[in-house]
Amino acid sequence: MTDPGAPVEEAVTAAAAIAGISTTEEVVAANPLRDPRDKRLPRVAGPCVMVLFGVTGDLAKRKLLPAIYDLGNRGLLPPGFSLVGFARRDWKDQDFAQLTHDAVKAHARTPFREEVWKQLLEGIHFVPGEFSDDGAFDALAMALAEIDQTRGTGGNYAFYLSVPPKFFPLVVEQLKRTGLADAPDGSWRRVVIEKPFGHNLQSAHELNEITTSAFPESSIFRIDHYLGKETVQNIMALRFANNLYEPIWNRSFVDHVQITMAEDIGIGGRAGYYDGIGAARDVIQNHLLQLLALVAMEDPTSFEAQALRREKEKVLKAVRLPSNLGLNTARGQYSAGWQGGEKVVGYLQEDGISHESTTETYAAIKLEIANRRWAGVPFYLRTGKRLGRRVTEVAVVFQRAPHLPFSKDDTEILGQNALVVRVQPDEGITVRFGSKVPGTAMEVRDVSMDFAYGESFLESSPEAYERLLLDVMIGDPPLFPHQREVELSWKILDPIEDFWATQGQPEPYESGSWGPPSADAMMARDGRVWRRL
Amino acid sequence: MTTFMLSDTTAGKISAQLMHLRHQMGAPAIGMVLTLVVVCEERHQYDALRAASEAAREHPSRIIVVINREVDEHIRLDAELRIGESTPGEVVVLRLYGELTQHADSVVSPLLLPDTPVVVWWPGAAPDVPSKDSIGALAQRRITDARGLSDDGIRSLVIRAKGYARGDTDLAWARLTPWRSLLAAAFDQPVGKVRKGIVEASTGNPSAPLLAAWLSDRLGVPIKVGDSDGPGITAVRLQLGEGELAVVRTDARLATLSRPGQPNRNVALARRHTSELMAEELRRLDSDEIYEASVKRFARTYKG
Repeated sequence: MTDPGAPVEEAVTAAAAIAGISTTEEVVAANPLRDPRDKRLPRVAGPCVMVLFGVTGDLAKRKLLPAIYDLGNRGLLPPGFSLVGFARRDWKDQDFAQLTHDAVKAHARTPFREEVWKQLLEGIHFVPGEFSDDGAFDALAMALAEIDQTRGTGGNYAFYLSVPPKFFPLVVEQLKRTGLADAPDGSWRRVVIEKPFGHNLQSAHELNEITTSAFPESSIFRIDHYLGKETVQNIMALRFANNLYEPIWNRSFVDHVQITMAEDIGIGGRAGYYDGIGAARDVIQNHLLQLLALVAMEDPTSFEAQALRREKEKVLKAVRLPSNLGLNTARGQYSAGWQGGEKVVGYLQEDGISHESTTETYAAIKLEIANRRWAGVPFYLRTGKRLGRRVTEVAVVFQRAPHLPFSKDDTEILGQNALVVRVQPDEGITVRFGSKVPGTAMEVRDVSMDFAYGESFLESSPEAYERLLLDVMIGDPPLFPHQREVELSWKILDPIEDFWATQGQPEPYESGSWGPPSADAMMARDGRVWRRL
Repeated sequence: MTTFMLSDTTAGKISAQLMHLRHQMGAPAIGMVLTLVVVCEERHQYDALRAASEAAREHPSRIIVVINREVDEHIRLDAELRIGESTPGEVVVLRLYGELTQHADSVVSPLLLPDTPVVVWWPGAAPDVPSKDSIGALAQRRITDARGLSDDGIRSLVIRAKGYARGDTDLAWARLTPWRSLLAAAFDQPVGKVRKGIVEASTGNPSAPLLAAWLSDRLGVPIKVGDSDGPGITAVRLQLGEGELAVVRTDARLATLSRPGQPNRNVALARRHTSELMAEELRRLDSDEIYEASVKRFARTYKG
């Protein structure tokens, strides 16, 4: 296995990246109607086709198709934009159009407008077939060539693989065989893939070999939808556009950091995918480590993909695991209980799950970052299903004041200062600090100062997928993790997974609670507690 | 929605009452990002306030509506305060009588939110030099609307160009954004040299000459304005070396883009509500240099 961070390869990918964007950005630069000062004009994608594999899936119906409509409604889709669905259904164009229509009506963020739908409808096509069927892909290639003729899309295709990873090799091989993966001069071909990017370092690497056999790294867009969220992008604005936080954003002031993604739902219909994968691979490897990277990284020289990814990689490389994994990680499995007023079954009783499954539905780990800024500051990551409520947040907890000129009784209930980035659902930022309780006594208690996105910029903040799909069509990669980041994340998680594999059954925790007792004990050993969410 | 009427009052009393109402509702003033002052006549009040409130859903604001009433009455200030669950901000409708109509700024200025941007919007008639107006001088951003002056819209743009100051903008310009965006997208693919062009619109539409001025400024070729039956702008036709690049919209909703050697394509290009225009205006509060260049170019070539 070659080191993915080798400088030679980096130079090659950088060159390829520049070559890849030349078709769009140079032309934009030469466009007499565009002017960087003209901020009213949005970034609009150039003419292109989006080919969607797995149109009948949940993600397509709930997120992708509505996001495409919303882009159209905001005037961000290019004239001639076409959407091609590919699935194993005996469908005609109008059946796919109907599916899209229903998905848009049910899930789009922006109001339904007939003229926008009409524009979209003209470009909707469907190609039926199996992934193993050569004929179906030949038909797809012909359909795309025809769309280029009738819609003027200029040979620019984005292939969105919204299918289980086991089909990746088949689809990629077919795209290679039909020549759809090779972009003629002056056009582009891009492939979009969803997590999971493998289930360990080895498989991530193999998966990558398959994709890179047909597409150059600069044409591969790995979607981690968390990075498309406004609040997550705002972490960078918060840190690097302000002077208020950066001076205290280090080991001199920060006590520890807690990154949480809690879900109140169980595994639902995802048994087949989830069992054997578990919470850590499903969430920590991608979302939580990406959040950690954004919170902990140094300031990038610019927000271009190269610069941003370099800083994220640096910090992921500096992550150190605790020496005793038994004491500094925790895992659990939800048992039957009451969640939000409903009686729910335990993980082992879910349909399609073996009674002896050792898959964890809760995972908590402690990490340290070995660099000058963070040495000695623990980062606690936790995620779980069937917890008390749905919430994702990053909490930077500060040290206590070195000296309190108040009597001990007065500050008894004063906690530590904290800055919390609430990623979802109630997007915003909270600062917790001590304040005097009104009255004649000098009593100090924690209060919160709140910035809610919903209040300062109400509504219409675009869905994460809208932003990401637009970035794919424009060819703007900063919000997509590079393969190197994926592999670095697996390097962090693999030893933990290996250790857990030797530990037998995860500790059960009651549904609707906040995880297994061992997770609390892990914090208690460090003299800390999890934030109550 | 809580509404509170104050008759024969002062800015101080209004401020105190606003704070009282907010405490009563248990919601402190958080998250308001700007103050929007709307200066209009009584007959425009309803529509303007509605558009402003809807825009405030994207940009929570304190909205202050200033309505100048009869000058020859006794000096009086009436205020109507609205705080509601439906809008994230607050609304203050001020009615000024008598000599006070000349000193509206003395009422408005104590009611502005501290240390946040101020935007003034004149939905109808506006002062010749908005930045020198007593209320306009309080604002970073001054929004006029040439179309608000039914028949004199085009001529008012000449006045705007003469009295331009950084931070001025006009809704006739905001109405063009979808057109400009579509044209810019069409130019993202090389089109070659443009020889000349024409913008077709209903007679007297003030946006059309602005669009023509912008195009001729950017492309360096003459762009004419032609009359059509509307509604609004109906077509932009640019003469290329061979053939024509055209965007044609006849139903105010769906446009057709045609260019040489490529199939015609339909694009949604709906006319937008005032609230959407205002939301766009409030999104960026720095001065709009492209508007400045376009309106000044138009004024230079205008032969009224």
